[in-house]
Amino acid sequence: MKSLLYVATALAVFGLAFWAYQENYATQQVLKDTRSLQRKIGAAQVRLSVLRAEWAYLNRPDRLMELAELNFERLGLLPLRPDQFGRVDEVTYPAQPPLQITEGVDVSGLNANRAGELRP
Amino acid sequence: MIRKPLRPLARILDARAKGENPDIIEKENIRQRHDDIQVKSRQRAEGRLLVLGVFFLCAYAAVAGRMGVMATSEPREPVASAAGSAIAMQRADIVDRQGRILATNFETHSLYVQPPQLIDPLNAANRLVEIFPDLERERLLEDFTGKRKFAWIKKKISPEQKQAVHEIGDPGLLFGPREMRLYPNGSVAAHVLGGAGFGKEGVSAAEVIGVAGVEKQFDNYLRDPGNGSKPLTLSLDLTVQAAAERVLDGGMKLMNAKGATSILMDVHTGEVISVVSLPDFDPNERPRPPASGFDPSVSPLFNRAVQGVYELGSTFKIFAAAQAMDLGLVNPHTVIDTRGPLRWGKFAIKDFRNYGNELSVTKIIVKSSNIGTARLAQQIGAERQRDFLNDLGMLEATPFEIVEAQGGKPLLPKNWSELSAMTISYGHGISTTPMHLAAGYAAIANGGRYVSPTILKQDGPQLGRRIMSEDSAKAARLMLRKVVTEGTASFARVPGYQVGGKTGTADKPKPRGGYYEDKVIATFAAIFPAHDPKYALVVTLDEPSIVAYGEERRTAGWTAVPVAAEMIGRVAPLLGLRPQVEPTEVVGITLTSN
Repeated sequence: MKSLLYVATALAVFGLAFWAYQENYATQQVLKDTRSLQRKIGAAQVRLSVLRAEWAYLNRPDRLMELAELNFERLGLLPLRPDQFGRVDEVTYPAQPPLQITEGVDVSGLNANRAGELRP
Repeated sequence: MIRKPLRPLARILDARAKGENPDIIEKENIRQRHDDIQVKSRQRAEGRLLVLGVFFLCAYAAVAGRMGVMATSEPREPVASAAGSAIAMQRADIVDRQGRILATNFETHSLYVQPPQLIDPLNAANRLVEIFPDLERERLLEDFTGKRKFAWIKKKISPEQKQAVHEIGDPGLLFGPREMRLYPNGSVAAHVLGGAGFGKEGVSAAEVIGVAGVEKQFDNYLRDPGNGSKPLTLSLDLTVQAAAERVLDGGMKLMNAKGATSILMDVHTGEVISVVSLPDFDPNERPRPPASGFDPSVSPLFNRAVQGVYELGSTFKIFAAAQAMDLGLVNPHTVIDTRGPLRWGKFAIKDFRNYGNELSVTKIIVKSSNIGTARLAQQIGAERQRDFLNDLGMLEATPFEIVEAQGGKPLLPKNWSELSAMTISYGHGISTTPMHLAAGYAAIANGGRYVSPTILKQDGPQLGRRIMSEDSAKAARLMLRKVVTEGTASFARVPGYQVGGKTGTADKPKPRGGYYEDKVIATFAAIFPAHDPKYALVVTLDEPSIVAYGEERRTAGWTAVPVAAEMIGRVAPLLGLRPQVEPTEVVGITLTSN
């Protein structure tokens, strides 16, 4: 009985030692992963700040003004003036598109060869 | 364990044979056994003490060892919380009220040389001069071949330049990482931002410190690593600022002025939406401060809005009128004697033109009569006038949060006599910055409460100390509106935005006393929309002069007012102000029941 207890204790010690060993290495692996992730986050943040700076640089008012002037013919952009404000009821509804005749039934031009030929 | 018998048979028999008492033997044995037990238990106790002692020794040794290690080793952050520590070291960004970047950081490199490691100094110098045309070949060669062990070549280089230097392939040319401050919008808001430079420099890093403007004022906040991800939010609006700079720049050139400044301020919160001072500079390449002996106001670094201390002329008249009304001395229709010239000792106060013998208070402001306001000041008295201007913050430097603002101390008369009071009432004898004036007009515009101009975004109205009653402020606003509709600022009529304001043209003082005949500071201080003001605008031109209708004109009505009107027309839509039809004055209906 006693020896069984000894054997069981020894096995338990072995088991615990093995578990501690595994946990130790798992922890170290997690720490390593964390470090590499943090490095990546840091690099991403640097990249982000560079991109933000670039965005701000490309959107600087002087450049936008120049671009608007260069592309005036296409865009027709002018500085905002007070007379450009309007009221909602001044906006007209879009014109109704003309009804498309997809399957025209020819009633008048019986001489016509094809449907739709008489459409203006 | 073998127990010794207490009565060993051999000895007992022996003793019996000899006729001795065998009990003695037994007692003897008992005694011996007790002795043995005593010895054994003492040994056990001593052993236990030893084990305990060793245990405690080890425990204390472990604690002491750990303490020693902790005391002598470098401190280190726990791994889990050191998120992006490289980034946390960065200086915080500066953004405008809508979060658009005004100042940020950029990673770049510095270039330095360790001459002993250079393989071919001549070639290196030649190739470096090709890459950086501003370097001098002779100086480089001197550095490279002399006794120096280390020399900086460039503080900041671009990635392309770095690659080019890399291609020289000399092991003596080395790069260090550098973080530089970048102002992506160039000269926009240059005076507010100021600029940044390097403090302590090492090979692997350099300290970025603010040298002017908000960069210097909030240096501690910006440098605090805890604020790395929390940008400093200014009250400026980038779009409005850029538009204001453009308009003012155009206006300054049209009016042949040598300098100009404008301040646009929210009258309720005190937020400065745009502040421009021309000429300006690029904070990325901040110019050197002028050498001593030169007039600092010539330098583009000079911030006219907060450092330029000028006599701002007739723009001050509204303060006299507002105070007189607030004290109950007059009402807008009270008639004041304006026969001129008004003599006071040797001094004579004259008007620009003769406006007749008497004018109502409203007309005094509309026509800008010096004599009329001087009379109002006489009624108010010097003491009360000074207290009032003090309440408006006119006697101290403005609390505007850029370092230069502390230098804008108003110039006041040493002895605030009655004559001083009279001249101050029309803006002479007191020199303040345009920022003071903007704060003063904001107080009239918001219904009589002081607001301190601020560059930081605010959450709500300031509701500062009350300076005048709501009614007096309203009456003053009506007068300002009439200046535009009927008086000297007729060019300020911007359709849709009911501008009210007051012009001011003051002769520039000569450095050695006296005034120039032909150099003026032209100012227009405005509030809009006049019936419910949201913004105050001050435009000041330095030495404007135009020819109109065959005459040379310098007065603010011809110079500062058109610029301000153009600015309001340009900026108000950007501020989201919708043009409105002015609510008409209620025609006099009086309750006459009973």
